[in-house]
Amino acid sequence: MKLECRDLAFGYPGKRVGEHVSLAVGPGEVLCLLGPNGSGKTTLFRTLLGLLPAQGGEVFLGGDAMPGLARQEIARRIAYVPQGHVPPFPFAVEEVVLMGRTARLGTFAQPGPADREAALNALDILGIRDLAGADYTRLSGGQRQLVLVARALAQEAPLLVMDEPTASLDFSNQAVVLKELVRLADSGLGIVLSTHDPDHALSMGTRVALLKSGRLVADGTPGDVLTGDHLSQVYGIPVGVERLPSGRAVCVPRL
Amino acid sequence: MSTVATGRAGKVGLTAVLAAVLVGLSLLALTLGPYPMSAGDTVGVLWRRLTGAGAGDSVPEMVLFSIRLPRVVAALLVGAALGAAGACYQTLFRNPLVSPDILGVSAGAGLGAVLGIFLGLSVAGIQLAAFAGGLAAVTLVGFVAAAVRGRDTVLVLVLAGVVVGALAGAATSLLKVLADPYDQLPAITFWLLGSLSGVQTEDAASTLPVVLVGLVPLVLLRWRINVLSLGDEEAKSLGIEVGRLRLLVIGCATLITAAVVAIAGVVGWVGLVMPHIARMLVGPGFGVLLPASALLGAGYLLLVDTLARTIAAAEVPLGILTAVVGAPFFLWLLARGRRGWT
Repeated sequence: MKLECRDLAFGYPGKRVGEHVSLAVGPGEVLCLLGPNGSGKTTLFRTLLGLLPAQGGEVFLGGDAMPGLARQEIARRIAYVPQGHVPPFPFAVEEVVLMGRTARLGTFAQPGPADREAALNALDILGIRDLAGADYTRLSGGQRQLVLVARALAQEAPLLVMDEPTASLDFSNQAVVLKELVRLADSGLGIVLSTHDPDHALSMGTRVALLKSGRLVADGTPGDVLTGDHLSQVYGIPVGVERLPSGRAVCVPRL
Repeated sequence: MSTVATGRAGKVGLTAVLAAVLVGLSLLALTLGPYPMSAGDTVGVLWRRLTGAGAGDSVPEMVLFSIRLPRVVAALLVGAALGAAGACYQTLFRNPLVSPDILGVSAGAGLGAVLGIFLGLSVAGIQLAAFAGGLAAVTLVGFVAAAVRGRDTVLVLVLAGVVVGALAGAATSLLKVLADPYDQLPAITFWLLGSLSGVQTEDAASTLPVVLVGLVPLVLLRWRINVLSLGDEEAKSLGIEVGRLRLLVIGCATLITAAVVAIAGVVGWVGLVMPHIARMLVGPGFGVLLPASALLGAGYLLLVDTLARTIAAAEVPLGILTAVVGAPFFLWLLARGRRGWT
């Protein structure tokens, strides 16, 4: 399953946020989208997911043009991890994760034992099964984020789109989520995520795209895209890329 | 079995307990009234009717089947419908402070009924006018919301509901000014405060199918309605056709509300408070919230209606009692700050 956009223009009614964006992600690929606050990452994601209509260009999901696909069909092909927020009602964590199974259920169906199994399994993968009975609304921001990742896993879609999945996670949970994403990509999923940490892109991305003011500045392999010049241009501060003795590269702002 | 699964079994058990309490309350309500009947008499008369042994014309039978039973059934039906509709609206608008009146159904029904009284229609005519008025108000709200596309749909719906409700209220006030102050005005006032004193067997019989028609899709779609409470965007990304589902839920909840408001008048509080208490008892999952809200609503309105016909020589309007009983209780619940709020 491949997610692709060609010469995409995106934004809200009456407001163009970005244009001329062409990207593609296929099985086994991790596309990291980097860009400063307000560069249009979330709006681009919402357009890729069909939540906003494209203002120009096209989005293809598994070869089919996005506007022609039913919501249920889109949800079977692509799972979305939104930025965390608190819903108004205190659902149990297991129920929130179970909602990820909705696209796999018939219109009048209720989730069955197999769906509960999948939900608990997803919680297991992220090491938060002990939260299954907890109130989702009472969790910390980081725990909620993990629950939303679990929900996306329970959806069992071949593509994952994640809006800053590591934003409110602590040091170890960032590693848990990133490691799981690498494992999922190895098992054949296509993943698109936005992040504020170029090092995440360096360590796990198979492709990296830099977005500034709604336009792509660079797009390619981490080694080609994540250079001091590009990062300095996108973020507006001097940035260097240095190599550690182990061979890993890290991005360092020059203070 | 997971913690949530055991919790679910507990919730189903709790719902069964609620249903049992409701049966007990109903029997109690049947024994109460100016004509003295013991619980034994009541059960005996019911049993003889069920087995076909009753003569059909004794005084206890007349009292029970012509007066009390229709009224008890109507109270259960109206309460259950308002509780269920409240649960729908609260889930749909993702707000525990929403009542079934949010889209103007009561204001529209009120205007319809007042117009019916003003024009001197029959009781059935007034009921039909109320039903039509309620549906018309919400339809109008729907059209306004559809015309203002591109904005937050939920917000536009709520604001349109406020506007349509205010207009219907203004028209109702105008009719009250124009109405005959000795004959029509008391009838209008009484109707707007809600009462089951005039309910006949046929009213309950004609309302029940309409309520059921509204309830069936809500029960069938309970899982999807649950997901809808996460908000438009998330529900869409999880595979829900949000616009279509929301339209269906509003349609069903409005149908239910308009049907019972037509026979009972405007009865406030039930649809706001009962789903709230239900959520505290069984949690926010719509599959259990819907039946729990309906059962609680039925029990509460039965209780209030029984009070309305027994505490004074004259009938006390329901709207007064639901507020007098409900408001302090609701405040107490809020003060306790238990789960269900956020």
